[in-house]
Amino acid sequence: MFDLSIVFSSVLNGLTMGAVYTLIALGLTLIYGVLHIINFAHGAALMVALYGVYFLKVKLGIDPYLALPVVVPSMFVVGYFLQKVIINHASHGKDENILLVTLGISIVLENLALLLFNSDTRNIETSYTLSTVAVGPAMIAIPKLLSCLGALVVSLMLIVFMRTTDLGRAIRAVAKEKAGARLMGIDVEHVYAMCFGIGLSCLGAAACFLLPAFYVNPTVGNGFVLVAFTIVVLGGMGSFLGACVGGLLIGVIESVGGLFLGDSLGQVGIFVIFILVLLVRPQGLFGLKA
Amino acid sequence: MKSRRQFMSESALAASSLAFPLVGGAQAKAVKVGVVHPVTGALAYSGQQCREGALMAIDDVNKAGGIKSLGGAKLEALLGDAQSTPQGGSAEVEKMNEAGVSAIVGAFASAICLATTQTAAKYNLPHIVDVGVADQIVERGLKNTFRFGPGYKKCAEIAVANLHVLNTAAGKPAKTVMIIHEESLFGTGTAGLLSRELPGYGYDVKEVIKHPNPSRDFSNIVLRMKQINPDIVIPANYYNEYALLVRTMQQQKVVPKAIYSVLGGAASSYKFVKEYAEAANGIIDCNHWFNPKDKKAQELKKRAEAKGLYFSYELFMSYTAMKLLAQAIEEAKSTDRAAIIDALNKTKFSDHIMPYGPTQFVNGQNMGAQPLMTQVIKGDIKVIIPRDYREAEPIFPLNA
Repeated sequence: MFDLSIVFSSVLNGLTMGAVYTLIALGLTLIYGVLHIINFAHGAALMVALYGVYFLKVKLGIDPYLALPVVVPSMFVVGYFLQKVIINHASHGKDENILLVTLGISIVLENLALLLFNSDTRNIETSYTLSTVAVGPAMIAIPKLLSCLGALVVSLMLIVFMRTTDLGRAIRAVAKEKAGARLMGIDVEHVYAMCFGIGLSCLGAAACFLLPAFYVNPTVGNGFVLVAFTIVVLGGMGSFLGACVGGLLIGVIESVGGLFLGDSLGQVGIFVIFILVLLVRPQGLFGLKA
Repeated sequence: MKSRRQFMSESALAASSLAFPLVGGAQAKAVKVGVVHPVTGALAYSGQQCREGALMAIDDVNKAGGIKSLGGAKLEALLGDAQSTPQGGSAEVEKMNEAGVSAIVGAFASAICLATTQTAAKYNLPHIVDVGVADQIVERGLKNTFRFGPGYKKCAEIAVANLHVLNTAAGKPAKTVMIIHEESLFGTGTAGLLSRELPGYGYDVKEVIKHPNPSRDFSNIVLRMKQINPDIVIPANYYNEYALLVRTMQQQKVVPKAIYSVLGGAASSYKFVKEYAEAANGIIDCNHWFNPKDKKAQELKKRAEAKGLYFSYELFMSYTAMKLLAQAIEEAKSTDRAAIIDALNKTKFSDHIMPYGPTQFVNGQNMGAQPLMTQVIKGDIKVIIPRDYREAEPIFPLNA
């Protein structure tokens, strides 16, 4: 059996990873949970953001954390126009079309990345890559700790934004009653595009926090998409608090599962919990009953 | 998913066949040789190092007047990318056969070599294995397959015997071992051999953990290591994972009595020593290594470094494999495949930088091949065992 200190370390590791999952899931919960758009391109968009951060560091020497003011707005613009120009036009408002369009976008993006950057796995080196800080008996890598803190701050900002701003209210209105919102003078297409933009800018932030402790290759997003969808459903569709709690929970389950069962079986726990939640509480941890 | 993969592999094939570079000029009598390595994908760094080594050897042979017995015919490389998969390597061999190569040098990873040698065997195409340590490669009775370097059985036996010598000399401070290996043929096979050998010398193998390639987080494995607290940690994996594992150990402040690698991907790598001097310090490795007392080795090292390359085992193993092939073609006096195979069986090739002595192939294995034991000492890689090649006294245990 493992010492408590070892399990504690594993839990902390899981929390740091879970925070990044949260950030990725928040973008998805906005797009999928609120607007009911199944965005298969979420992982590919994360990959694009990671390459952006990577090349900013390698070509221009910009530290991943300092790249936040560049990557986040860039991803917003990409998201906004992706929805406004491609997804909106190609889908003709039908859900099944949106699914295919986003799947198509993800295939195009991944293969473009393969063509341009080949399948190599790349990571960056920073002066703090190997630095650690002691948290009780555990040694936590500083990039992981920073990514955790950053992810929590961004999550909080997003929750406040959704609750207090006009746009936040408009998004919630469109999510609840699209036709009604349009009658009230809300530009639904604009709200959709803004949602996509904000969703992808969350990925931009996630990429900046992720890369110092992670890597990038053309298929890096795939591993995150499934987990992100799980978190959105686990937390409750459209619930930001649910995404936060769900993300942290999944991170911890994965890490502790990996410790006890081995790395290749660590993710089994995620889906066991997921199925249990669906059986016992189908609306998710923080979702409202339909 | 499947159709996308198919599309990618097909387009990659098409692209690489269009871009097949012809190195060495287009002389009428040029001898075509295939150079297959995993230059993209998880093993890209090692594959690229191998390719550089093979190309340097071709360059040297051509500059020295080519194959003299064939009227100074130049060697012409056909480059192939195995994309870090056995099927990728196999497909490249098929293409090279179609293109009419006389022989193949490659393909670094054991799992890939297993596939490329078998495909080449269908066409009686001579295949010199440059690294590929799994012994199955030369144990299947393939007449076309020749391995210049040692296999993992020999490496594991030498490593364990030397560990025991070092440990006994130090008063037997080490009793427990933990093995961390990558999950393909090379890592699994090496780990299996070690777990069988070690108990015979009185060591307790506490745990054997495998991990996938690529693997980008070793936190859990290192936490398990913290719990078990082994005296010796033995990693058997490729460069990226080796580097990450050792760095995570450093991060988590896990300091065993020795990191004792058997064919460790980064353990005796100048790249690793330069980039992570602190993490690399003291690591012992039983691996392919050049004869440190050979002046030609030092010259080659300088030339590689002048090209901005690290003088890694991948580079000098592929370099030597290509030189061996050139020698065999020279002795065969022909580009005929059967004649080259015959020449390889008979060759006494000794103009090389490895500590092997004259070459002698028995069932495709060079009998003189042996690994050397190295240790990272003060930011450099020094040979510690055997005594004939010793450059520095071993430091064992590390944290005494």
